[in-house]
Amino acid sequence: MQSLYVPGTTHVHRAPAGVKLAVLALLGLALFATARLVVVAAAFVLVLAAGLLWARLPRRALLSQVRPVWIWLVALFGFHLLVTGPLVGAVAVLRLLTLVIAAAVVTATTRVTALVAVIEWLTSPLRVFGVRPGRIGLVIAMTLRFIPLVADRAARIREAQAARGADRVRPAMVVPLLVQVLRMATTVGEALDARGAGDVTARRPGRRAAVDSVRTT
Amino acid sequence: MRWGRRAEAATAASAATLPRTAIELRDVAHFYGDRPVLTDVSLTLTERRIGVIGGNGSGKSTFARLLNGLVVPSTGTVLVDGLNTRTQGREVRRRVGFVFQDPDAQIVHPTVEEDLAFGPHNQGLPAEETARRVDEMLVRYGLAGHRDHPAHLLSGGQKQLLAIAGVLVMQPQRIVFDEPTTLLDLANTRRVSRVIDALEQDAVVVTHHLDLLDGFDRVLVFEDGRVVADGPPAETVPWYAARMS
Amino acid sequence: MKTKDLAYIALFAAIVAVLGLLPPVPVPGIPVPITAQTLGVMLAGSVLGARRGGLALLAFLAVVAVGLPVLSGGRGGLGVFVGPSAGYLYSWPIAAFVIGLLTQLFWRRYNLAWALVANLIGGLLVIYAIGIPFTSLYADIPLWTSFTGAFAFIPGDVVKAVAASLVAVAVHKAYPVIDLPTRRATAG
Repeated sequence: MQSLYVPGTTHVHRAPAGVKLAVLALLGLALFATARLVVVAAAFVLVLAAGLLWARLPRRALLSQVRPVWIWLVALFGFHLLVTGPLVGAVAVLRLLTLVIAAAVVTATTRVTALVAVIEWLTSPLRVFGVRPGRIGLVIAMTLRFIPLVADRAARIREAQAARGADRVRPAMVVPLLVQVLRMATTVGEALDARGAGDVTARRPGRRAAVDSVRTT
Repeated sequence: MRWGRRAEAATAASAATLPRTAIELRDVAHFYGDRPVLTDVSLTLTERRIGVIGGNGSGKSTFARLLNGLVVPSTGTVLVDGLNTRTQGREVRRRVGFVFQDPDAQIVHPTVEEDLAFGPHNQGLPAEETARRVDEMLVRYGLAGHRDHPAHLLSGGQKQLLAIAGVLVMQPQRIVFDEPTTLLDLANTRRVSRVIDALEQDAVVVTHHLDLLDGFDRVLVFEDGRVVADGPPAETVPWYAARMS
Repeated sequence: MKTKDLAYIALFAAIVAVLGLLPPVPVPGIPVPITAQTLGVMLAGSVLGARRGGLALLAFLAVVAVGLPVLSGGRGGLGVFVGPSAGYLYSWPIAAFVIGLLTQLFWRRYNLAWALVANLIGGLLVIYAIGIPFTSLYADIPLWTSFTGAFAFIPGDVVKAVAASLVAVAVHKAYPVIDLPTRRATAG
């Protein structure tokens, strides 16, 4: 599995992740504050230009994110055509399309590690409730690490059961998988302690590598 | 930092200059619920290479976990250079590293380099020092070409080397290995065995692979939560092998 | 929270992601296919309890947000958080939390029936109670239309709740992680 990041050196790529996320949030608010087709259409054109021309993203990077909501948009427009009218329908559809594309642009131009850092920063006020932002980054990193591992163990258990004549996935097969990975997670917890995760000081990590490729083969 | 500078100077440093660790167990017993897994263990461990053998469920894994405070004993005390594992866990873990049987359980970050940086980051080391140590480990264990690779794509042997490197990078004085070769093939078992032999650090190795213990200073044999034999491998290993047959 | 809990949280976030890699079952006439991922939501709550279950789903959403295509159908990135069915996504951590809360409440007499009650309330009621109004507000369509659109998913979700309950009861017997009285792993 590859992350949705598309490497590049444009201004959009190099803009701080926090700024891009803030712009995305503001755009969302602005789009819902207006019902005028001209404004929404202008925003749509701007976002599309930012993605294709400014960030020089390949068209499929954006299309792949629009495709899952495509049928939805058609259905939505059809509904408004029947019930409220074409203008409201066009605004609703265009608004959605603009937001989805804008989000796709941010995702495609920002490294996973940069976004994780923003999440850590955004959650840092939660310190007063005893939340440690460094731990949030750690959990995200561990999740990325566990995804191929769980997929692997699931495949292995499926094989083992198929070898004994079972050909369909049933709840009974999931139980040994869960017990196995839970046991592993318990050991991971010990390993975290052994490597001092419980002793973390308040410093920021000296993290360098990117986690843009987590493959499950 | 004392041995940080040393490591910079040369990798071929002699073991004599590394600080040695002494681990003392005083009247240690441990229970999971009501079930005793270790009873009445009193030992002092100072040798450079100590092996631990015994059947499944003999208590050797729990014993290993006592040595760096992963498990604190139900009764009795464990002292690492005089530090109590119950109250000074953090200092103890800095001195005693731990390598698990399953490297998948130990590698917590998605890429090789990030995982190596995990321990030093937890120790609060500055970024440059972390980077320097990580680079050294990547080179020493032939992982330099895999720096940005997902740990998932490494072979079983490489994963175990990464797991060992992930502990060594924290520069402990003694390393406890819990069955480090159980999941490996013969070639990788030999490789890990050579890595352990070449370590400057003191080591405690829990294993079922008796060959690993060649040249060790001391071997403990566990049975039903007790130490039933304790001595040089030339005596204890044949005794154990005979007992099992 | 202990470091071990961080590992459990990450584990279930990963499990929900892996369930998303299974091919989704398309339903004719409905734009969103049935996925196995809500099964993961139910399992996270049932196995880990309220706090850790809810956090596992938050971690999953974070992984989606940073750009991993781990939502069913290979979706991911920030786009899914602004789409018309985003309400369902937002409901997942809450659903897992509620399921976990109920599971802990029923803990002493936990069996298939109670597990099913928890999973139906958290896994269906909570998810629809958030997802349906969200879609309706977001896309400017009446609540009723949004509700009938969601109707087709109910049979599939009931099946998932039954499956999750069967699994949860068995896992609690084999390896309980809620309310662990003493350390029980890795002796030997």
